[in-house]
Amino acid sequence: MKYLHQAMILSAVTFAAELIKLLLPLPVPASIYGLIMLFLLLKTGLLRLSQVEDVGNFLLEWMPLLLVPASVSFLTVLDTIQGMLLPVLIMGLIGTMAVMCVTGHAAQWVIRRGKEAKRDE
Amino acid sequence: MNEFLMSSAYFGLFLTMGTYQLGRWINRRAGREVCSPLLFSTAVCCAVLLLSGTEYEVYFQSGADVLEYLLTPATICLAIPLYRQYTLLKKNTAAVIAGCVSGVAVHMLGCLLMLALFKLEAAEYITLLPKSITTAIGKSLSQELGGYPAITMATIMVTGIFGAVAAPVLLKLFRVQEPLAQGLAIGASSHAAGTSKAVEMGDVQGAASSLAIVVTGLLTVLAAPLFAKIG
Repeated sequence: MKYLHQAMILSAVTFAAELIKLLLPLPVPASIYGLIMLFLLLKTGLLRLSQVEDVGNFLLEWMPLLLVPASVSFLTVLDTIQGMLLPVLIMGLIGTMAVMCVTGHAAQWVIRRGKEAKRDE
Repeated sequence: MNEFLMSSAYFGLFLTMGTYQLGRWINRRAGREVCSPLLFSTAVCCAVLLLSGTEYEVYFQSGADVLEYLLTPATICLAIPLYRQYTLLKKNTAAVIAGCVSGVAVHMLGCLLMLALFKLEAAEYITLLPKSITTAIGKSLSQELGGYPAITMATIMVTGIFGAVAAPVLLKLFRVQEPLAQGLAIGASSHAAGTSKAVEMGDVQGAASSLAIVVTGLLTVLAAPLFAKIG
């Protein structure tokens, strides 16, 4: 029964996130409100990790599969996208690589500098 | 046949799960990851729909929608690795901010470059601005600023799939070795789709990537209107 209970809790958080989205007219999806809410619930101790962890890990494991239907919907914009195909592909591939490289190195530089500073002390 | 598929409630679900598992099976047989199950499944589903002349709606309404419904609670569950790694992330606040700010800056400059290079119309340029962030924010942002939301969505999807597929190889190539930096790089560049790969790489990577989605999303919502004016 523990899975049922965890699924119920997660459905409650998801529903509450939808409500927040309804009330706040910002371009923020329910999933982000929910993510922040679940984090706060765990952080404040209102929810224990053991109350969501099993079903939560299961959903995280399924995530790539859950993205397939949205990815297949690419088919529906094949016609509209043609005029912009090249910029879209360049940004999607090269742009993504550039962001990954720069973010990774900026963060790594800060982390390693912090580690060195600690070693020098 | 098409009539049968239209009345079927599980065709889309089976096609998606079947091809996804087939992708995983190929990897198991090969002994290493030769194909991304996400990419493999997407490609085979697209091919099946195109070759059989089946409408996307038929596929979506026959069970694929169930998988998409689960995406919201799954994204919410990214709070779990975030919570588990909270202390580590808090200790590295500076790295999180440096990584996300520089990532958003590079992306915005890239959009400006596209604007200059391809002489894009204002609406086309705006369409590209929200591409590194999670689909739902990106779509509304594109709509609000006057872009083409459908193309923004497509760009976000290309970005996400590419990030999810190529992240481990790219990070190795770029020599990003710190797990925390790896996670931030994935989340800032390829949102929730990339993060699904980061979660597989490790708890630290998953947590950092989840946090980067939130921070990058926020920064983009703030920066995109400014950059939209420049274009």
